[in-house]
Amino acid sequence: MRRLAGLSELAGPVLLLVLVAVLGSLASRSIQVEFRSALVSATIVIALYVFIGNSGVVSFGHVSFVAVGAFAAGLVTVPEALKLSASPELYPFIASAEVGNAASLAIAAAVGGVYAFLVGVPLMRLSGLAAGIATFAVLEITHNVLRNWPKIGPGAKTLPLVPETSSFLQVTLGAVAVAAIAFAYQRSRPGRLLRAAREDPAAAQGSGVNIHRQRLLAFTLSGALAGFGGGLLVHLLGSITTEQVYIDLAFITLAMLIVGGMSSLWGAVVGALLVSGLNSFLAEAERGLGSVDLPTGTRLVTLGFLMAATLLFRPAGLTGGRELQLRKALARFPEKWGKERPA
Amino acid sequence: MSTLQTLVDAVALGSLYALVAMGIALIFGVMRLVNFAHGELLTAGAYALFLTNDLPLAVSIVVLFATVAAFALAMETAVRPLRTASPAAMLVTTFAISFLLQSVFLLVWGSQGDNAGILPELNRAVDVGGLRIRWVTIASIGVGALLLAGTALLLNRTTIGLQMRAAAHDFQTARLLGVRANNVIRFAFLLAAVLAATATLMLVVQRPLVTPTFGFAVVIPALVGVVVGGLDRLTSATLGGFAIGFGTSVLGDVLPADGRVFLPSVVFALVILVLLLRPSGLFTRARAAAERV
Repeated sequence: MRRLAGLSELAGPVLLLVLVAVLGSLASRSIQVEFRSALVSATIVIALYVFIGNSGVVSFGHVSFVAVGAFAAGLVTVPEALKLSASPELYPFIASAEVGNAASLAIAAAVGGVYAFLVGVPLMRLSGLAAGIATFAVLEITHNVLRNWPKIGPGAKTLPLVPETSSFLQVTLGAVAVAAIAFAYQRSRPGRLLRAAREDPAAAQGSGVNIHRQRLLAFTLSGALAGFGGGLLVHLLGSITTEQVYIDLAFITLAMLIVGGMSSLWGAVVGALLVSGLNSFLAEAERGLGSVDLPTGTRLVTLGFLMAATLLFRPAGLTGGRELQLRKALARFPEKWGKERPA
Repeated sequence: MSTLQTLVDAVALGSLYALVAMGIALIFGVMRLVNFAHGELLTAGAYALFLTNDLPLAVSIVVLFATVAAFALAMETAVRPLRTASPAAMLVTTFAISFLLQSVFLLVWGSQGDNAGILPELNRAVDVGGLRIRWVTIASIGVGALLLAGTALLLNRTTIGLQMRAAAHDFQTARLLGVRANNVIRFAFLLAAVLAATATLMLVVQRPLVTPTFGFAVVIPALVGVVVGGLDRLTSATLGGFAIGFGTSVLGDVLPADGRVFLPSVVFALVILVLLLRPSGLFTRARAAAERV
């Protein structure tokens, strides 16, 4: 019974993701892509949450794992001739690789996970500011290498004509699966050990928690999920450049996590969907939306303001960093209803 | 290019980053805040120079210092809720403020860039024994050394300096002993603004094109330098800023031509190495590495 009560905490995020998917598939064709993109963002933000939320260590570098995942998934699904025309110097094993859609997502996750593990082994010894700067350095290095090494990717050029296979079904299943993995992790023994270390590193260490090992585990898992998110992203966009998976994406995904509340899965999902929705609306409004016509740049100002204001005045985010207690929320509902209508 | 020329260029970039690094370290000293948004002080100053381009030089410079100071004071007010926040929260918040200001600049002036050329005569070079040294290099080094010495004097010889050092050492106790926290913090921001405005002037002479990321592009390496050098002391942080500028410049000349595109990777890899080997900073006495697990 307690297990079931625990599972109800997962129900909130999953229901919300499914709701967005259903609403999106009913929407007109032109804005369907915005809904799919919101679900992909949610996947990436949940991946980010798995590390930042559970460990309390800020990482600016997770977009690196999204980037390698996106390029890996893109490169293995584009036909060889096309790849070589974009980047003639490509290593033969990359140029000749061609797999199906599902396999490409698995490869993206694997590449992201392995890369995160390799980076994490030294970096997970750092905390606080040093960790922030070091993960930022990882983002810079990844971007710099991807952009200038034509043997592993298209370099500064665009990787074109990636199959656009990120359908509603696929992104919804992907986001829900990632949410379920994140949830299972945070309730598992390693997840709880890491959360204990987040609350009080000294006490956790004193009780025998190997913080380095726990952080590394979360970082690797989170990197794999971020790589998977990158795979979904590339199949959504249909083409990719290194600039699309760089500082701007890092800003936005971090903003989503912060606005929602970085220490709960519910916060990650709410933040990602809410900010994506706002982002899409403002982008449309900048292009002119009926009577609303905002000057270009309003979108970024609004997002920046939202992120800064949340951090300054509600640092735990909109959800307060708590999971949604679905049963309690439902139980409270009729009560309120009753009070508003005196019998 | 001769070795000496490489060194001169490296010292010039180093002293510029040192000015920015010192500003960041001053604020960190009094309120443990790493200010990502420090760069937007420089950008604001550069736009002030752009807007007053047609006015006399003296007016331009006065407006520059006034604008940067006003931005710094506004920033100080904005980050007050952060005084009790965790280091990670502070880092992300100033990151957000930086992002917000950048997007405001983008909204108002666009990404094309505006020309704020000032004092072009400083770009001319003098020939010293076969070395080409631009006046702005000499000015950067001179002004940098002067401001560093001035700040050191201020911190060591005046009451407000003493209070700042006390606050940096133990903020709570300093408050209990009668140090006015708001005054000290505001003063640190003002001092940082003076340094930022000076750095803006030197930068605009060399890179007159002002874009919304004008300051951000300088603050990232400076900030990295501050952390690498050691945040706890003003001197070590400033040296760190100098080192990153010096190192970048030298590496840029030393690396083979086809490896030069990987310069950022090399620099950032070195940064990670320093953080791992000496987490408390390169120029500090090796103390307890409290931040490591």
